[in-house]
Amino acid sequence: MNNKYMLTVEDVSKTYDGFKAITDLNFYLFEGELRTVIGPNGAGKSTFFDLITGRAKPDKGKIEFGMDTDLTTMNEYEINRLGIGRKFQTPSVFTEHTVYNNIVLSLAGSRGVFASIFKRLSSTERDRIDELLKLVRLDGKRDWKAGMLAHGEKQWLEIGMLLAQEPKILLVDEPAAGMTDEETHRTGELLVSLAGKHSIVVIEHDMTFVKQIARDGQVTVLHQGSVLCEGKFDVVQSNPKVREVYLGRGKSGGK
Amino acid sequence: MSSLSKRHKIELIAVGVIAVFFIVIFPLLNAHGAVSNFTINLWGKYLCYALLAISVDLLWGYTGLLSLGQALFFSLGGYMMGMYLMRMIGDLGQYKKPIPDFLVFLGWTDLPKFWVPFSSFPFASAMVLLVPGLLALVFGFLAFRSRVKGVYFSILTQALTYGASLMFFRNDMLMGGNNGFTDFKFILGYDLRDASTQRGLFIATALVLLVVYVALRLLSHTKFGLVQRAIRDGENRVLFSGYATAHFKLFIFIVAALIAAVAGALYVPQVGIINPSEMTPDKSLEAVVWCAVGGRATLVGPIIGAIGVNSLKSWASRAAPDYWLVILGGLFVIVVLLLPGGIVSIPARLKALWQRFKKKPAEPEPTSSGDSSASIPPASESKPSA
Repeated sequence: MNNKYMLTVEDVSKTYDGFKAITDLNFYLFEGELRTVIGPNGAGKSTFFDLITGRAKPDKGKIEFGMDTDLTTMNEYEINRLGIGRKFQTPSVFTEHTVYNNIVLSLAGSRGVFASIFKRLSSTERDRIDELLKLVRLDGKRDWKAGMLAHGEKQWLEIGMLLAQEPKILLVDEPAAGMTDEETHRTGELLVSLAGKHSIVVIEHDMTFVKQIARDGQVTVLHQGSVLCEGKFDVVQSNPKVREVYLGRGKSGGK
Repeated sequence: MSSLSKRHKIELIAVGVIAVFFIVIFPLLNAHGAVSNFTINLWGKYLCYALLAISVDLLWGYTGLLSLGQALFFSLGGYMMGMYLMRMIGDLGQYKKPIPDFLVFLGWTDLPKFWVPFSSFPFASAMVLLVPGLLALVFGFLAFRSRVKGVYFSILTQALTYGASLMFFRNDMLMGGNNGFTDFKFILGYDLRDASTQRGLFIATALVLLVVYVALRLLSHTKFGLVQRAIRDGENRVLFSGYATAHFKLFIFIVAALIAAVAGALYVPQVGIINPSEMTPDKSLEAVVWCAVGGRATLVGPIIGAIGVNSLKSWASRAAPDYWLVILGGLFVIVVLLLPGGIVSIPARLKALWQRFKKKPAEPEPTSSGDSSASIPPASESKPSA
């Protein structure tokens, strides 16, 4: 793995009405890395993603994309256009659109008002959609309304939508929530196969799943808005501090 | 994005037949005395209302923005046309002066400067689009940039409308005050009291409605239409997919304002009066009811709703004048509770009922992929449990 940073988060803090959601957080993501972030409820995991994607602004600190693009002054769609895609914890798809059109809307390309009026899909783009639909196994349901899909399928569709954007960084918030064990395992395989091509941050609760996707990679443990420890899965799992704040309280997920 | 499906062919034929009827046959019948002048005038008014209802639906049904400001844009378009019509009265007014009567009454001897260019029909027509369009641009820019949403957006548009009506009620606005504009005589040299002039206005209104319908139908099938409905169903996802949703909403808001303004400009010469009471928020609310009754998030729905509810109003104002508001309110409640898809959803409902009656429980259809624009957003999204 080369040591070029895709994402730099330094000394970042965020307070909501006196509640310290994030405190002096430092986080570095290498190009092509698959990083897993764990932490008990209220550790600031979702706020962390909000800060990167422009939904919330940090009170202080530095958030940079690549080597020198400051993200703290940009809004959601500008950050997305740089190549940072986010999957939400509760699947967020366009329920009234077909599965196919969900991907159409997510395809990389111009996002302007007038461009959208005159947009025609090229054959390359249609092939790309077919490919993505196969990848997330929704090929047979392309004409279904996304709202009719099962929970797990919506999660997959959203991952497909994210990939359609051809992002450099994928921020994935609890992708396995509401999935069966088998679906969870397949999701893990998919994420692992995407590492290298994309830089990925996965927030997750399910420790079996974390173990599957973390492999030899780094796992970051968040606690009370800052990094408690960072390291390989086994090291983190045996860290007494981690056991105390997180694993000791029961490893099960939920919200 | 899909090729022409069977359903769209049927729609195309139906629209064509109805358009030919209204644009050719109905006026011909009128010219030969089979349809009264009163009727054609009444229907001209209904078609203007249909345009207004479409502008509400474009925002509410398709984009999820409940604007209570459409009556304002409608009236502004009407006022701009009204200024031209006032100038065309010439010195035939009560005071036999070359300026509008209300100005004489206010003590003016010369025309105020901003009235002067309104003697030109092309200028007035340009203003019909420019004034409401610019207002929508400025208001929409501020509202969408500040991410004003949902009920707050409705309240703001309502406040804007109310504020504007108070302004127009004032005499020193020099727009006719309380009484507005009336007693029009000529348009483009034609006498407004002539049946043929009113027939021409009716045909113009029907043509505009057809053009707006076709244009919006085409728009709904573009990627723009997809983005529009996606904003309604999940604005966050659109934003986090790289779309500047504020730009899309602003564009739609302006288009809707322009449609309402044109409707108002066609309305005024046909009803012969425009005053600030057309501008009040309850007029906007009425258009919202037409939309809901007809079926929102469809293009046919608002047209059916506007014509249906106003026919009912014409009947009720003769049969039971005191109960009209009760009837209107009742209608709205009934539709919301029992028929959330409006009148246009009745055939689908009957079909479902018939199928249940014919065989045992029918398989629920997985989707209506053909025309997603004709579907109604669910009242509440069901979230499967984890």
